[in-house]
Parts: sequence; structure tokens; C-alpha cells
Amino acid sequence: MAEILVLMEHRQGEMKEINLEMLSKGQELADKTKAELTAVLLGKGIASMADEVKRYCHHTLVVEDEILSNFNSEPYQDVLSFLMKERKPSLVLMGHTAFGMDLAPSLATATEVPLATDCYEIEVKGDAIIPYRQMYGGKMCAEIHFVKDAPCQMITIRAGSFPAEGLKDLNGAVEQVSFQFDKDYAYKKFLQYVEAAVGDVDITQADILVAVGRGIGDPENLPMVEELASLLGGVVACSRPVSDKNWLPKERQVGTSGKTVKPKIYIALGISGAFQHIAGMKNAATIIAVNKDAKAPIFSVAHYGIVDDLLKVVPGIVAKVRERKGA
Amino acid sequence: MDIIVCIKRVPEVAEIDLQVDQTGKGIQEEGLVFGVNDWDNYAVEEAVRIKEKHGGKVTAITVGSEESEDVVRRALALGADEAAVVTDPQAEGSDAYAIAKVLAAAIKDIPYDIILTGALADDDSYAQVGATLAELLDIPHATLVTAIEIEDKQVKIKRELEGGMEEELAVATPALFTIQSGINEPRYVSIMGIRKVAKIEVAKHDLGALGLSPDQVGSAGSFITVEKIFPPPVGEGAQILEGSPDEVATKMMDIFQKGGVV
Repeated sequence: MAEILVLMEHRQGEMKEINLEMLSKGQELADKTKAELTAVLLGKGIASMADEVKRYCHHTLVVEDEILSNFNSEPYQDVLSFLMKERKPSLVLMGHTAFGMDLAPSLATATEVPLATDCYEIEVKGDAIIPYRQMYGGKMCAEIHFVKDAPCQMITIRAGSFPAEGLKDLNGAVEQVSFQFDKDYAYKKFLQYVEAAVGDVDITQADILVAVGRGIGDPENLPMVEELASLLGGVVACSRPVSDKNWLPKERQVGTSGKTVKPKIYIALGISGAFQHIAGMKNAATIIAVNKDAKAPIFSVAHYGIVDDLLKVVPGIVAKVRERKGA
Repeated sequence: MDIIVCIKRVPEVAEIDLQVDQTGKGIQEEGLVFGVNDWDNYAVEEAVRIKEKHGGKVTAITVGSEESEDVVRRALALGADEAAVVTDPQAEGSDAYAIAKVLAAAIKDIPYDIILTGALADDDSYAQVGATLAELLDIPHATLVTAIEIEDKQVKIKRELEGGMEEELAVATPALFTIQSGINEPRYVSIMGIRKVAKIEVAKHDLGALGLSPDQVGSAGSFITVEKIFPPPVGEGAQILEGSPDEVATKMMDIFQKGGVV
């Protein structure tokens, strides 16, 4: 029987949310392709994690070793190459995360398996697995075809693409797999985790966030945004291009690699809405977006939109708020 | 410390209304402005900074159309010493795996300690070429790199994880790193700067010169193909506020009031 392998992601003893998202899609694909669903868990001291996922899969494979205690693509690749050779899966899924991005391309190359990265949807048409992904900053979607007759395919999944609930109970068992490492991987060595710097402002605690993106154009335009934020009793946040340029400190950045926020009001000024940004703010109660580009992906998650240059819009709003406040 | 930096010429798509081309597999490129991929710009700057501190040579390489010479010339102006362009119509339709094969062939005769690429490209965003190339060359890699510190025979790097967290790794050279945006502040490249390097010769290769056959590249040498592209389905979307700046501001005030802000 065909088998779908899903690689579980964890760090510092915590399972990542994307695991259940991948398993829920994995269950659907296993049904449609008459395959068995198998979770793969590599690490050290991971028995409780295996217990957490085993019920959602037909099998849960566990490889434990000190070498696997912190993620390192090199030993991970060796173990997975071995498992893929032994079990000949039809499909391998992992997250398009810092973990999967470091592992999937080299693993796919070493095992000569076609890879489609950063996919938000996977369909089954006849015998074919058809992944979908985005291109051009989310402005186009692409239907991807794997080379014909590939016995195995690999897909990395965009976080948040599939529901993490409603999974069926498959009552699978945990199977320990032994693997003999023949090297110590001194050429790629994990040293330590570096925690995010703590700043003076915690944007996750703010009720009102005024966030700026590339559209701000120049750091000289920041004071008008700061004024709007302070008039509204909120704080200024930003998207990646602004913190990349050091116009605002990293701890103000909203998104996958920054903070996840849930304010009452989120005003996105000149932010196009890369999925990494949207993942960090989509749960705000009210989202207002201002962007020159009517096709910017931010308008698909915003409740209200203004298609215009933020530099023209913000002064008008500032004046209105001042007037209303009698300031 | 000799460094090879792999770069790509991509269209700028922000604030552009993209249209699907006649093949249904790509975008209409007419009228689009092309430039160096943003992540690659950081990679070139990082390569030049390492050279300035530790000595060595920086070689910029691209695979693409003849116009791709622009992006390696820009790299030369930024401080790279040599440049090469691999251009061949048969490379069209290559996926990330096939592009990595071309790059591997192009750099096999160039000595290096470190290879840098951008973490991903603005256009297709596979985030795949760098680590694939490392595997083909049988050297270690690290992706999403946010800091590089050279120490004798190894390199200490930081990788970006989630939520502002990073991890620190020690990687032995030769190694490949894919560079995350924000690792540095790339210097400005002026027209004058590009003129200054006009006399530097850029090596040009076709696939035959690299010893690659047509079935190793293009869609024939690829593992995946883009069957079709289409604009994202329009969901409910935002309610668009229209009117004069004053009217729009008034509507915003109403939303603020509903949200209990002012």
C-alpha cells in the first residue's frame, strides 16, 4: 500500500502548529490516494510528542538519538533518506518553515525526488498529485505538475493553509526505528538558540496598531504615522522591509519571523501583504488597509480598504482625529 | 576567502497589475522593470563585506537571459571582482533543480570557500536553488542566514527561525549560505559606479560550454513544471472606501468610532 510520510516539526520540546495542519491534509490525501498516513518524528526525548500525534496516523515512526535533539538538516537528511529508501513512500510532506526550507531541497536532491515548495493547496486528479503555490508576491497562483512517473514526490506546506482541527482518529501505533549514525556532523553544528531582543514597546499588547510597510518610502515620513498612532492611543508596528532597513526596530515587526498580533484595530499603511505578514495580523478584529495598489494581497484580508498613497491619506486622517478630539 | 555569489534578474511587481501571458504559464513581461532580486542584493553586499574584511575574491554568477548581464554588472559596481552569465534559450523552463545543475556546472572550475545566494527570489519564491546547489556540490549549507562571522576554517552563522528567534550554527568551509533580507544595509550603486566597471569583461557561457546537454536543463531536465498561472481567487475582500481625502478620512473616523477608539 502506498504511504504518505509527514515530517513532524518541533523545537525545545514543543510541537509546531503546522504538524496538525499537515496531518489533516495528509488524512485527506491518504483517503483519496488509498495510502496510509505515517508521521515521522526525529529527536530525543520525544515519546510524549509521539503519543500526541499517533492517533491521527496509521503509523508513527520515531527515531531517537542525541544527534537529533536539535534540528540539523544534515543528520535529518540521512535518517529521512534511509526511511524513504526503506519505505518507498508515494508522498513526503513537511512545512515550508525555517526547518523545512533548510531540509527539503537538499533531501529531495539527494533522493532524486521532485519537490514543490511553499504550497497552499494539494489536489488529486486521477493518479496525479497537483500542488498549488503562489508566485510574484502573492499576485499569481501556479498549478504545478510533477515529472511523470516519479515514484515519490515531496511537497513543503505553507503554514496556515489547512485546518488544524477536525482530524479523524486513526488509532495508529508508535514504531521505534533504529538508525546508526556513521559520523558526528562536526561540519554543521548547532550551537545555541538566540532569543528575540526585548524592546521598549510590546506591540502584542496594543489594542491599536498603526503598521507601516515599504510604501512609507522614506524614514522621514515616519513622524506622521507616529502622530496618528499616538492620537489613536496606539503604537507603530511595521512589516519586514521597514525593519530590514532599520527604519524601525525588529521588535516592531509583525509576521512569521516577527510578532503575531491581535489588536482591536490594525491599520496597514503601504503594506502589500506578503503571506508571512498576513499570518501575523489576520486575526485582528478590524483591519484597515491603505495601499496604492488595488491588487495588493492585503486587501483580501482587510475589512476596509483605501486605494491611495498613504502619504496623501494619513494627513487627512490625522487632521480629522485632531478635530474630533478638539486637540 | 573566495566567495561566489549567485544572483537573479527579476521583475519588480509591487504596484503592478500583472497579466497572464499567452502561454498561460507566465506573466506578460512587456513594460515591466527588471532588477536584481532583493535577497541577492543582500547576498552581494555580504560577499563584498567579507572580502573587505578578510581578503579574497568575489565572483558574481547569474543564469538567465542576455539582459541578466545588468545584474552582474551591478554586482561588479558594488564590489565584486569577476562576473559570469550563463545564457542559453534551452535553459528556459528550468525549475529550481535544473537551475542549480547549471550553477553547479558553471562554478566547477572557480575556486571558492563560500557560496552565497539569496534565500529566495521575488518572482517564483521557491527558496530551493541554494540548498539544492549545496547538495549537488556535496558541501554543507545553511538557509535564511542573518549573520556571518568568519573564524579560520569555520563560519559562525545565525539562521532566522520564527517569532524573532534565531539559532547559531558553526559550519565548516567550503559551505553555502542563503541570505535572508536585512542581514546588512546594502550600499547604494550609482550609474557612475556601473560606468566605472564597464571595462570589466563578463564571462559568457552557453550550456554546451559548461558540458551540459539539453536534456539536463529546461523543462526536460526539470522535476516540476508550472502548468498554468492565474490570479488568486477574489474572496470577500475589503470594503473599499472612496471619495475625496476628506470624505475618506470621515469614513475612517466612523470606523474608529465603531471600534471604540475615538
